[in-house]
Amino acid sequence: MNTDEVIQIKEKSFSFTDTVAAVGGIDVSFCYQCGKCATGCPLVHEMDLTPTQLIHAVQLGLKDTVYNSKTMWLCASCLTCSTRCPQKVDIAEVMDTVKILIQREKKKATVPSVLKFSKSFIDNLKLFGRLYELGMIAELKLRTLNFTQDLAMGIKMLKKHKFNLFPGISGSREVRKILSQVRKQEKA
Amino acid sequence: MKYAYYPGCSLHSTGKEFDSSLKAVCNAMDIDLVEINKWVCCGSTAAHNVSRLMATALPMANLMLLQDMNLNEVIVPCAECFSKFKIAQHNVKTDKKLKREVIKAIHNDCNEDAKIIHPLSIFSEEPLLSTIPTLVKRDLSGLKVACYYGCLLTRPPEVTEFDIAEYPVTMDNVLRAAGISTVDWSHKTICCGASFALSKPDIVVNLSHNIIEDAKSAGADAIAVACPMCHANLDTRQDDMEKKFGTHPQMPILYFTQLMGYSFDISPAILMLNKHLTDAESLFEQISQHV
Repeated sequence: MNTDEVIQIKEKSFSFTDTVAAVGGIDVSFCYQCGKCATGCPLVHEMDLTPTQLIHAVQLGLKDTVYNSKTMWLCASCLTCSTRCPQKVDIAEVMDTVKILIQREKKKATVPSVLKFSKSFIDNLKLFGRLYELGMIAELKLRTLNFTQDLAMGIKMLKKHKFNLFPGISGSREVRKILSQVRKQEKA
Repeated sequence: MKYAYYPGCSLHSTGKEFDSSLKAVCNAMDIDLVEINKWVCCGSTAAHNVSRLMATALPMANLMLLQDMNLNEVIVPCAECFSKFKIAQHNVKTDKKLKREVIKAIHNDCNEDAKIIHPLSIFSEEPLLSTIPTLVKRDLSGLKVACYYGCLLTRPPEVTEFDIAEYPVTMDNVLRAAGISTVDWSHKTICCGASFALSKPDIVVNLSHNIIEDAKSAGADAIAVACPMCHANLDTRQDDMEKKFGTHPQMPILYFTQLMGYSFDISPAILMLNKHLTDAESLFEQISQHV
């Protein structure tokens, strides 16, 4: 974070903090910035804000700072932070909540490939009910236009018959029903 | 003993060897696994990034299928599925508003009492822990294995209710009961990069390399896992590790059930020891010669 930047905190900023609490069920106010989450995070070296800084920004209602960060997209959901937090703040859940809010507000994902993966995965479930890996990989490749990545590994895996060549459709109707109902309820 | 069985998507595809070896090992221990009819994906690594309701509704819909089977204990071997089931059940128990939304979304009630069980939990407890040594037919005491638990079996402990979060020993106890030596090491529960396998593979190569290097320095001949995602990251990325770090790790990555099965003298074809990208078969050839 740029330390020269003057942080403007207005009263209305806190509506963002409240939104995070309402959507994710997490009250970030318990965090006193001890830094334990950042210390144990296996991906902190890849992040622009440490998990501690991200939580602090949420506390202060700095929505733009949070949305422009790559941190939540680089969270692997290993749950080390949430497990170790002495104040029992579920930091990983805050990361998820921020990602969900960004999608709801149709804002840009700062690490697009991660969101593209999730979308490809969910699209696949809507079609097949269970994950059809080759189909999901194909969609991800179309979304990212990165066709050569992992090609050699993929061929090796095919040779070992690791993938099912054809999808099943067991439960696909059930999943579609649940997912469309979820969408309806979330729009309401 | 009879349990409902939720294999999850991976155990029907890239993790077939986990499914096959688990079934064989359970069969040897007189555990009856009845696969849930018409189960669906638990939402895995994707749903929680998109919607909290979706991530809770999918596991809860699966748990409701148990009621048609008159069983309320379900074995969930995939660590990812296990975690998603446990978290969903915990969330509906503690968040009444979410529970109401889930009931509406799945057009069904929430099964809050279903017991979600990882096979390591029952294998490491009596009576099964004492049964394991009686089934051992091959001496694997020359084999040194690093037990890798990954993230999701142990964390967060109040939700997964599985072993000590910072230094679990359940898998070590199970493999030791099967006559296999296990090593003490520091990367038992450090993340392998998880679902970044396809979206940020560079992260996976780095993190998984750290894990394999630590297992090596602890003297391990192989790493045992209980998660198809951990398996994929550790096993399939070794060529990339060679490209990035210069040497090929050549570290066999096996499901703990494959190791148990081998010690029970179950055939390698059933255990699917040839399924891995990094050769695991020659490990056993060397060991077998010592017997």
